[in-house]
Amino acid sequence: MVGKERRTRSYILTAVGILIAIYVLFPFYLVVMNSFKVQADIVASPISVKGASFSQLITNLGAVVNNSNFNFWRALFSSVVITVLSLALLALFGAMAAWVISRNNKTKWATAIYMIFIASMIIPFQVVMLPLVSTFRDAGNFVGVPMLSTIPGIIFAYCGFGGAMTVFILTGFIKGVPYDLEEAASIDGCSPEGTFFKIIFPLLSPVIMTVTILNGMWIWNDYLLPSMLLGLNGKYKTLPVAVQAFVGSYVKQWDLILTAALLAIIPMIVVFLIGQKQIMNGMIEGAVKG
Amino acid sequence: MNANSASRKLLSLVLLIAGAASLVVSLVLDFSGSGASYRGALLIIGILALIVGLYLFPTLKNHRKIIYIIFLFPLLFTFVVTVIIPLGLGIFYSFTNWTGIQFTEYVGFGNYKEMFTDPQFIWSILMTFVFVVINMILVNLIAFLLALLCTNGIKGDGFFRAAYFLPNLIGGIVLGYIWQFVFNNVLINLTKTSLLVQTKTAMFAIVVVYIWQYAGYIMLIYITGLTQVPKDVLEAAQIDGANASQTLFQVKIPMIASTFTICTFLTLTSAFKQFDVNLALTGGTGSVPSFMGKYLTSGTQMLALNIYNTAVSKNNYALGQAKAVLFFIILACVSLVQVRISNSKEVEL
Repeated sequence: MVGKERRTRSYILTAVGILIAIYVLFPFYLVVMNSFKVQADIVASPISVKGASFSQLITNLGAVVNNSNFNFWRALFSSVVITVLSLALLALFGAMAAWVISRNNKTKWATAIYMIFIASMIIPFQVVMLPLVSTFRDAGNFVGVPMLSTIPGIIFAYCGFGGAMTVFILTGFIKGVPYDLEEAASIDGCSPEGTFFKIIFPLLSPVIMTVTILNGMWIWNDYLLPSMLLGLNGKYKTLPVAVQAFVGSYVKQWDLILTAALLAIIPMIVVFLIGQKQIMNGMIEGAVKG
Repeated sequence: MNANSASRKLLSLVLLIAGAASLVVSLVLDFSGSGASYRGALLIIGILALIVGLYLFPTLKNHRKIIYIIFLFPLLFTFVVTVIIPLGLGIFYSFTNWTGIQFTEYVGFGNYKEMFTDPQFIWSILMTFVFVVINMILVNLIAFLLALLCTNGIKGDGFFRAAYFLPNLIGGIVLGYIWQFVFNNVLINLTKTSLLVQTKTAMFAIVVVYIWQYAGYIMLIYITGLTQVPKDVLEAAQIDGANASQTLFQVKIPMIASTFTICTFLTLTSAFKQFDVNLALTGGTGSVPSFMGKYLTSGTQMLALNIYNTAVSKNNYALGQAKAVLFFIILACVSLVQVRISNSKEVEL
């Protein structure tokens, strides 16, 4: 009796779960399905499979990929380069800074730096974005290293913006690494930088994973910062900026817009399918610690 | 250790001198207004040479200090240039007639006075607060229900978790356009006119999209909280004869109070900063017949988008910056309240 009741309950709950999943995944279905159709069929019957053909997908893809406003391969390349380099530098510089801060946590200067980092986490991008552009432009002109509309410039900015959260999470972790380890290495004649790179840095890999996932989700999907620093019509565009520039020039051309959306979504979905567990755990840990 | 070997001493000395020299030369070029294109490369080489020279500096006693400085430098430098300096300049510019390039005079609180007499801006603030409150309640409620669903012995819960979380992977710009299609071409068969046309229904549409994007993420945090409730406590409740709803309301929910705090503030700050979906879904459009005696055309424009449009589209940088400073102050107050609440909770536990 109780077992039967429990089983019906489980069936009902599973059915509810499936219904919600259909609702959540439905927009993705629409994007995929309509990428296979011509504009007229999309408008006439957006939900059905009517008019969908593989050759039309190829046509749509060709039109979008080679579009001068979208430039898919270029945008993908820019996005990958910017995200990967920013993440690598943030992990390295963040770990270095967090190690120095946590090994000097009794000194005033280290506490002050740490506090400034923590306090800066509440600063919204909007309050710095306008002066950031002018600072980058002026500083770039002054020293002769162009910072606006360049990939090194935007990577520099991501290191600055991601630094606070990265240091915060890494410092919390390094504090838990026993100091004896470093003392032993030091007695054996290991230099401080050797201790860091050979002993501490490898120990950090799980938490660097968390930090990289958190920063990666943010940097990959970010629109405002690249749109300000690279510009909507600049030489380099990240994927979100390219989508925005593309849609702006093709209002209501749903065959092209949805195919562009499909292309913009695919890389993230592929990454998610590979590292599903790590990504979900990383996002949880980041929220709970941050 | 070869810290005092002659070759290392020499190398360090050469690098320090060369680095300082190229730094000085490039700075002279900068200040003299020379357009020489190699001055930037010279500056970077100079800084790198100085760092390497410093690293090789022949000292045993101070080597650790030097390493600390070199390790802190990259992150602190980028942080100061991209966050601290622009923040200081931004607050300063909000009291001037800055054009994004230069300013000619101080206007005191002129920008701040101006924005509070602008009906569109007041409307944006109101809409943002309404949006934040509705979202905070709905996202947390739905996410918590989803978390209960996923922890209730449902079959294939791993799939459901991943599926519900999926929208969170996609950036707001792309999501906004996908949903624009959903509202304008699919749901229109049910609603006759698109929900995005009228201000009220368009705000509702933004809420729907935002919940769709965010609830899965918040759900994951609630699931973590729920699975951390100790088994023996639940067993004790069962032995005492508590039914499912009693266990939920009197055991589980009080035990994950800190998770509720985290999720509440997470949704609060992220809804407050909402920009991408707002831009892509409605672009801020939507008419408001009469507000403070004026007809408004940007009914769904929330605070973040208003700041962006004021500066970038309408080219009024000083006013936009003043609005951004206000935005910052509001967020800072919210964060202070959060720290207060989290700390008092910790003391209780």
